[in-house]
Amino acid sequence: MTDTAASTSIDTRNDAVARNQWWDVWDQFKTHKGAVMGACFFIFIVLAVYVGPWIWSIDPTYIDVRARNQGPTWAHPFGTDQLGRDMLARMMAGGQTSISVGLTAMGLALFLGTLVGVLAGYFKRIDGILMRLTDLFLALPLLPLLLVMVMLFRQPLSASFGPETGIFILIVVAIGITSWMPTARIVRGDVLALKEREFVLAARSIGTRPGKMILRHVLPNVMSPIMVSATLGIATAIITESALSFLGLGFPPDFPTWGRLLYDATDFMQQHPQRVMWPGLAISLTVLSVNYMGDGLRDALDPRIRGL
Amino acid sequence: MLTYTFRRLLTAIPTLIFISLIIFLLLDMAPGDPTAQLPLTIPPEVREQIRQSLGLGEPVHIRYLLWLKQMIWSEPVYYLSQSVDWISAPDEARLISWQTRAPVMDTIIERLPQTLMVVGLAYVVGVLIALPIGIISAYKQYSVFDQAGTFVSMIGFSIPPFFSGVLMIILFTVMMPNDSFWWFPSIYDTTLVIDSWENFGKQVRQMVLPVMVLALQTTAQISRFMRASMLDNLNQDYVRTARAKGMTESVVVLKHVLRNSMIPVVTVIALGIPAIFGGAIITEQIFKVNGIGQLLIVSIQASDVPMVQTLTFIFAILIVFFNLIADILYGILDPRIRYD
Repeated sequence: MTDTAASTSIDTRNDAVARNQWWDVWDQFKTHKGAVMGACFFIFIVLAVYVGPWIWSIDPTYIDVRARNQGPTWAHPFGTDQLGRDMLARMMAGGQTSISVGLTAMGLALFLGTLVGVLAGYFKRIDGILMRLTDLFLALPLLPLLLVMVMLFRQPLSASFGPETGIFILIVVAIGITSWMPTARIVRGDVLALKEREFVLAARSIGTRPGKMILRHVLPNVMSPIMVSATLGIATAIITESALSFLGLGFPPDFPTWGRLLYDATDFMQQHPQRVMWPGLAISLTVLSVNYMGDGLRDALDPRIRGL
Repeated sequence: MLTYTFRRLLTAIPTLIFISLIIFLLLDMAPGDPTAQLPLTIPPEVREQIRQSLGLGEPVHIRYLLWLKQMIWSEPVYYLSQSVDWISAPDEARLISWQTRAPVMDTIIERLPQTLMVVGLAYVVGVLIALPIGIISAYKQYSVFDQAGTFVSMIGFSIPPFFSGVLMIILFTVMMPNDSFWWFPSIYDTTLVIDSWENFGKQVRQMVLPVMVLALQTTAQISRFMRASMLDNLNQDYVRTARAKGMTESVVVLKHVLRNSMIPVVTVIALGIPAIFGGAIITEQIFKVNGIGQLLIVSIQASDVPMVQTLTFIFAILIVFFNLIADILYGILDPRIRYD
């Protein structure tokens, strides 16, 4: 490490000498075709839903009753729904919600999981209690409890934060606190192994405090399992949000998400089957691309495979 | 092994009690009054009596203990007294649903066969498809079959049941001509009585779509796992030894490698059983199978607290029970694992 640091300061232009380990990871990631395609598609989807509305400026809530139930035309590439609202605009608006729920819920789950995992792995005294808690959460029937939580807290949260923000907070928190357990287990295992390594002993022998030790030495070394569970966490969060919306217990009807659009379209499945396809394909392809990214990332971060 | 089983059984009890407490307290906060649907002409004191008769009005901890007693003592004893005549029925009132005013357990037992038939069959079908795919994929790693199998399992992994189910309905019910052999009903008819070959055929046909949707998910998960487990074992030294001894490939793969690879796979299969009950909530909703999952959704929408409490607790019991089974199976199947 000192070598690398020294050469970086001397000659910053020469990348071959001063290589960050993440460049190796990136090189390995590039060789996984599915992962690269997944990453490209995911970036495309994110751009499409966030930048798309600037280009396709039809209001997703604009009702045009004379143009209802239309198939794909140049004016409406994805057709219109039963109230004549443009499906492309609604898909973009829905995607914004679905993806931001996915990212935020993943962030929360990751934070909780890493916190519990690092604390349990590092401090022996609370290990038992935290792991029992994790086991307990793993034994809870999650989907029924999620449904119950949404049913219970929808009214009070909508009242205090407004219908959109309230339900957003509720769904993100509900998904976050029911999906941190796998991350916690993996991180704990890695921290337990790290604690026995010499560099941790060296750091302790020069008097590093636990807080500093965790931030400086432990966390950077458990980044790879955290990143892999992050990608897989986005996929589960998007699916869970869509499942809740599909069961009619997610976002309110006038506030589109992909799951909600799919749910609304199933009523018109006989007459307009294409309307089901757009949100369904969007969910499935996003999840597929994220899963492929996770696969590629897992391979790229595994030092036994990297560099061969 | 026996002491381990015993110890695990003992630790399962506090877990279940704690889970039941969480479920009870969470649902206890539910808004909605069970007497809200009754006519307004009922005088307030009668309304209060109805509330008392439903067990409300007591403090929370008393209601929790009563509910727990009803769940784990009165209801089992009631069903025992129905089948064996030397046990008399318990004195307490039974757990009553707020929505149907019928005993909760009776409704659940009515709904159970539909769920077990569809979900159970789907799980068996999924596992039976997944195992050969996993074995062949691992044996011929990076072959065309392996690439295709991994891709299909990735797709099965990524498509949520609420899209694959709807897609199946569009393909096999909406687009397909009604008189074609490949047309399948999208609505599950629970009133169908199987008394002739014709009705049996109808039953099979109405089960095809939900079973396909559920089996796709199971296949995706188990075949991935089976492949990874086989790959781990195929590179072991004992495989080389077996080949060096001149054993045929079929004996090496199907006897030596498969047996060792099945150890973790069997536990994963056991762990997946309760998850399939949870996943069936969505599939049952799509195909209108009136099983347990659909009952849960209807009860949540009607804020029928006793029904939701009981169902969620049953799901929790299933999860804890199959976790236990998986751990014990692992110990029995793999002599290298020593729990004591």
